[in-house]
Amino acid sequence: MTSPQPKIRIDNVHKAFGKKKVLDGVSLTVSKGESLVIIGGSGTGKSVLLKCILGLMQPDRGAIQVDGEELTTLSTRERERVMHKFGMLFQGAALFDSLPVWQNVAFGLLQLGRMSRAQAKELAVEKLRSVGLKADVADLFPSELSGGMQKRVGLARAIAEKPEIIFFDEPTTGLDPIMADVINELIIDCAKDLGATTLSITHDMASARKIADRVAMLWEGRIIWEGPAADVFNSGNPYVDQFVHGRAHGPITDNAGR
Amino acid sequence: MTQFLALIGRVFLAFLRHTGRLVTFSAVALYNMVLPPYYGRTLSRQMIEIGYYSLPVVGLTAIFSGMVLALQSHTGFARFSAEGAVATVVVISLTRELGPVLAGLMVAGRVGAAMAAEIGTMRVTEQIDALVTLSTNPFKYLIAPRLLAAVLMLPALVLVADIVGVFGGYLVGVYKLGFNPANYIQRTWEYLQPLDVISGLVKAGVFGFIIALMGCYNGYHSKGGAQGVGSATRNAVVSASILILTFNYLITELFFAQ
Repeated sequence: MTSPQPKIRIDNVHKAFGKKKVLDGVSLTVSKGESLVIIGGSGTGKSVLLKCILGLMQPDRGAIQVDGEELTTLSTRERERVMHKFGMLFQGAALFDSLPVWQNVAFGLLQLGRMSRAQAKELAVEKLRSVGLKADVADLFPSELSGGMQKRVGLARAIAEKPEIIFFDEPTTGLDPIMADVINELIIDCAKDLGATTLSITHDMASARKIADRVAMLWEGRIIWEGPAADVFNSGNPYVDQFVHGRAHGPITDNAGR
Repeated sequence: MTQFLALIGRVFLAFLRHTGRLVTFSAVALYNMVLPPYYGRTLSRQMIEIGYYSLPVVGLTAIFSGMVLALQSHTGFARFSAEGAVATVVVISLTRELGPVLAGLMVAGRVGAAMAAEIGTMRVTEQIDALVTLSTNPFKYLIAPRLLAAVLMLPALVLVADIVGVFGGYLVGVYKLGFNPANYIQRTWEYLQPLDVISGLVKAGVFGFIIALMGCYNGYHSKGGAQGVGSATRNAVVSASILILTFNYLITELFFAQ
């Protein structure tokens, strides 16, 4: 192979639920340090694709490789090892509501058992500071936080183990435009600090434009367009055009009833 | 006709699918319960939740059962002048049957429902997915401690229920039916055999496993938001109750049918 090995390689991945094909041959590569954003409407399989890569779902067919290592055939134990490379920010933050904020952030570190609880808390507070939260948040419970703060804590948890790859599932959904932009900037900063590769899914074009190096559009279980983020508003693809400009009429909606 | 046969086939296949899923789930849960790593913190929290906080409800159930048992057997046995057997009947029915079954049913309602609701909410808010991305096995972290805590604490609760129930019978026997206190206590001990109590405690351990298994299984496989969590909770209580009564018969047969 002459070109450098991609960080993530997804090859011809299929996934169906019953008769409904959600992923119908998705192929993508993400290079090291790159930020790829997958755009697409609701229900086009973006989340399913992400869950297949994370191993939360098993694809029916196809290959998913990270650093050249095939993930779909790993045992549970081997997968846990690979998981340490990953950080994930969930759409609803998915914080553990039975644990205080600092234990959420330090969860992965505490599970490893390599540091004392005092050390872990110190580190959690430091991570919280890096996402713009004060130390006194550490002892609150997730239910006491606003949506934006929960997202920040989720981000702090995702980066706590210094992952090589971070996944973002609709990072700005449900936030006001200012908070959305704050989260976008945090994502960019965190990824830059860690030198991490990021893969995000979103339907928020402002967010996509801000965080993406490259954009891919998923529609009907396939990647129908991919290219540099700068080209996404004049892609020449009628489907992408309709989506990024948010038009009610166009090829996507015209063919929806097929 | 073929439609009818297809319906029978579908129902049968669904039954097999669910049974298979439950058996696999139990096997994985047991495997993770026995092998390290153990989560001592969650285990002790669950033991307090199941053991200590169930004391009032189990105690009240037991004391009124003992009381009504003394009253009923007294009025019943008076018909053939066997009032003297009241103390013996109370203690044997409580230790063999009523203690474990009533405590089991009460705990199924209290703890099984809470487990299903908590784990179900964690499922629908992606907290279980978040556990996996933090390299933590949800079976180890969530399910194994609950199973172990229930198996350990139910016998302890039943022992308390036995004692409180006998005390209830004593109260009615002595203060309402006019038994001599020393005589009542002597009658209680006279025909009681270790196997009466032991069989009850074995039942309690099995019921504890059933309660936690049904709570965790239904919660773990719940989907579809609040409604899904609601039906998971209901299914957990109903299935645990029915299984408790079924296994109550089977274990009784195992111990006492010759």
